[in-house]
Amino acid sequence: MSRNVPSRSAGAQTFPSFEVSLLSSDLAVRDALARILRELDPLSLDIEETGTVELVLAEVLNNIVEHAYPTEAGGGQIRVFCQPAQDGLHVRITDCGAAMPEGHLPLGRAVEVDVDFSELPEGGFGWFLIQDLAKDVEYARVGEQNRLSMRLPVGIPA
Amino acid sequence: MEISAKTEEQLRIVSVQDARIDAACAIEFKDAMRSETDGGPDVVVLDLSRVEFIDSSGLGAIVAAMKHMGADRKLALAGLTPKVERVFQLTRMDSVFSVFPTLDGALEELGN
Repeated sequence: MSRNVPSRSAGAQTFPSFEVSLLSSDLAVRDALARILRELDPLSLDIEETGTVELVLAEVLNNIVEHAYPTEAGGGQIRVFCQPAQDGLHVRITDCGAAMPEGHLPLGRAVEVDVDFSELPEGGFGWFLIQDLAKDVEYARVGEQNRLSMRLPVGIPA
Repeated sequence: MEISAKTEEQLRIVSVQDARIDAACAIEFKDAMRSETDGGPDVVVLDLSRVEFIDSSGLGAIVAAMKHMGADRKLALAGLTPKVERVFQLTRMDSVFSVFPTLDGALEELGN
């Protein structure tokens, strides 16, 4: 492949990567999601794609706030690095909180909805939504750092 | 988290005024739903037409609100916007609630 200058019409190809960082708290997650969606504005994602990005990243960040940094009231640093590419939005999220239980990703099974009223699930939706909507989800514990990477199939040129 | 409520005939309409039901306000939402539904009519319509986004915490809070009301009462959902509807569909929780496209449609079906 020769080093052609990417054409302007290729959108995602020329779109720059960006990083958003936050200190772990529920409200900071809200703010970070808004910043990420603003950065993605030039990609002109449709409403379903925007929903995918917002929902998956909300679940990932909420999990970090709740489980990786459970005792750090507004303390733990989280970084979200986004790289738009031809095959979607590549995202890497890092934090220095507690490792995933047993060192690997939860399975993200669908919750059981055909159950008695009193047994209806009030949680357990998060990892299912992440695994359902994101591709190539990978987790590694590197030293004191959690590294989660994934590809969101959005903004793919037709 | 701001919600408003009014009682119409035999049902209560609870309208969420905020654009999000997420981890930052899920507990507040549950508490607000408790005070709006406790001791009220058996049928409650939750008007979500102003809500643009829910995450799994918000979804869990809506399920918790329904369970708190009890199996003999009914919590119906109305006016789901596209991103909110998708979360219910993906998790199949749309099969657990009565879901109506509009508040008017819900009132017509459930009223009197």
